[in-house]
Amino acid sequence: MKQYTIPALLALLLAVLVFVSMTGAMNVYWQSVLMFMGINIILSSSLNIINGNMGEFSCGHAGFMAVGAYVSSVLSVLLFAEGSVFGEALLPPHLAVFLFPFILVAGGVAASLVGLLVAVPSFRTRGDYLAIITIAAAYIVKSTIENINAIGGARGFMGMSKVTAAMNTTADLPWMIIWVFLGTVFSVWLIRRFIFSTLGNGVNAVCQDEIAAEIMSVNTNQVKMTAFMVSCGLAGIAGALFAHVLGYVNPGSFTILKSTEVMVMVYLGGMGSLSGSVLSAILITLLMEALRPLQIIKWIVIPLLLVLLMQFRPEGIMGNRELSDIFPGLKKFYRLKG
Amino acid sequence: MLQSFIQNIFNALQWGSFYSLIALGYCLVYGVLLLINFAHGDIFMVGAYIAFYVCMLFLGKFGIIPGMPGWLVLALAVPLTMMLTAVVGVTLERVAYRPLRRKGVNRLYVVITALMCGLILEHANLALLGASRRSFPTLIPTTVYNIAGVNITNVKMGVILVAILAFFFLRFVVVKTKIGMAMRAISYDRFAVPLMGIPADSVIVFTFVLGSGFAGLAGLLFAVTYPVLDPYMGALIGWKAFIAAVVGGIGSIRGAFAGGFLLGFVEIMVVAFFPSTLRDLIAFTILLLILSVKPTGLFGVARRTKI
Repeated sequence: MKQYTIPALLALLLAVLVFVSMTGAMNVYWQSVLMFMGINIILSSSLNIINGNMGEFSCGHAGFMAVGAYVSSVLSVLLFAEGSVFGEALLPPHLAVFLFPFILVAGGVAASLVGLLVAVPSFRTRGDYLAIITIAAAYIVKSTIENINAIGGARGFMGMSKVTAAMNTTADLPWMIIWVFLGTVFSVWLIRRFIFSTLGNGVNAVCQDEIAAEIMSVNTNQVKMTAFMVSCGLAGIAGALFAHVLGYVNPGSFTILKSTEVMVMVYLGGMGSLSGSVLSAILITLLMEALRPLQIIKWIVIPLLLVLLMQFRPEGIMGNRELSDIFPGLKKFYRLKG
Repeated sequence: MLQSFIQNIFNALQWGSFYSLIALGYCLVYGVLLLINFAHGDIFMVGAYIAFYVCMLFLGKFGIIPGMPGWLVLALAVPLTMMLTAVVGVTLERVAYRPLRRKGVNRLYVVITALMCGLILEHANLALLGASRRSFPTLIPTTVYNIAGVNITNVKMGVILVAILAFFFLRFVVVKTKIGMAMRAISYDRFAVPLMGIPADSVIVFTFVLGSGFAGLAGLLFAVTYPVLDPYMGALIGWKAFIAAVVGGIGSIRGAFAGGFLLGFVEIMVVAFFPSTLRDLIAFTILLLILSVKPTGLFGVARRTKI
């Protein structure tokens, strides 16, 4: 029975969240903070595959996020919202709820295909050169979006709030909270399955020593390709959720600063620790909100914290351990090792 | 057509000079420490601000000392800006990088620290000096020389000349002098060098002095050429210069220099013949292609991994 504890707890949490946001016990501000928390969890745990487990240095996560955000937004607006850009909605609005998961997945797939732009050069290079390739890829994505006038160019793209409104015609629920929650749970579940699979062990082996891994019959190219595509795809899903939560996207939201923010989460949590990434994403989101009154000083405090962290505890909160390594009692609730 | 082409070549040389000067700093630090000093672009920005305040001081705008003529201000500002910017760079090295190096932690943590230091510099500047842009005073009147329909200003020639001189100076230091030899030795084997009686820390400090000094010089020249300063000016140009350094082959002075000019050329030529919004797209695509074909950059030599 114990293996059902975690799914049951998660279902309960979702029910509580939906209940408190419907009754108005939780105001809109906290709802949005929680949604951004979920998105940040997806972003940091997915970047953790590349920067943590594989030991590469990718600074372009925001670029893949942008691909997911734009592809899903264009799709959902095209299908369910009437606007000046695409004209009439193609499908009746009550289908929006049922097709929204597919739209999210489409955003993820598109992002993982763009991830190939980085994955293929990674066969031959690593380290600093790969870092450049990721930066360049992020710039290319951003600049491509800025140059496509049909989706608003640098002005941004909107209309997604009509789609979220359309979902309420089917059932009046706080749909975005539900989608973000499901997306987060799905991402963490997927990453956990991936990291503890044979391929995931390959990712860790590539981090330790690529040549030794290859001698030990790890197909390094396949491992790298899969890791990059999974990571970028999840970043795309996070971007898709981000776009629909805000109802508006513009290329300016996906700069290097955004990538840096995600990197901060990964390194604060500890390289290669999934539970560390989740924890630090929660922490950083709360910290960002708590420091909001400081305005620009916020961006001095957070880097300073990270600099101090690197000086005194460079391995981050969790090091490369998981939550279950610290509290072994948790292990009986999991079926997988870890 | 030919005239506009030559005109663009001069523009590209000037634009590439900035990239080259910044890329040289990246390259020096990388060559010695194998550390990507992501704060370098922001040191460039700090250099521009230092130049601004130094010039304002000597022009008598603060009332502490009487105003001086523009050419004298420029002559005084160059060494002073370089020195003060070098102090900023060395402070970063002492406060942030050296303790980490002593602990012998993973190289990645130092890179993160560098990235964060850059953010701190940017936003501390924003918090201290406010978001309003500053306009740099005119030090020397711009003279335009018209040679066969091609306009060349004295500032443009000065910038290009300084970049070339900086390249030869750095190349001389690294290749011909004793301390340059020590720098190369550290990049070759960091653990054996102290055993040979070479003070590794002073050599590293010297590297930061050189790199940051030239970033300060680039900041001054940039401010003279494009007289508007804002706190984010260093971030984008720094990232781009870094990419230029890698395309040239990071760790090689010649590569960084050539990479900077290459990026300058690509950007100016794209703007000249295509809509200017395509600049980043085409420039980065070309760089990505170069890196995919030649992963170690144009002048880089692949380090062979021993098993």
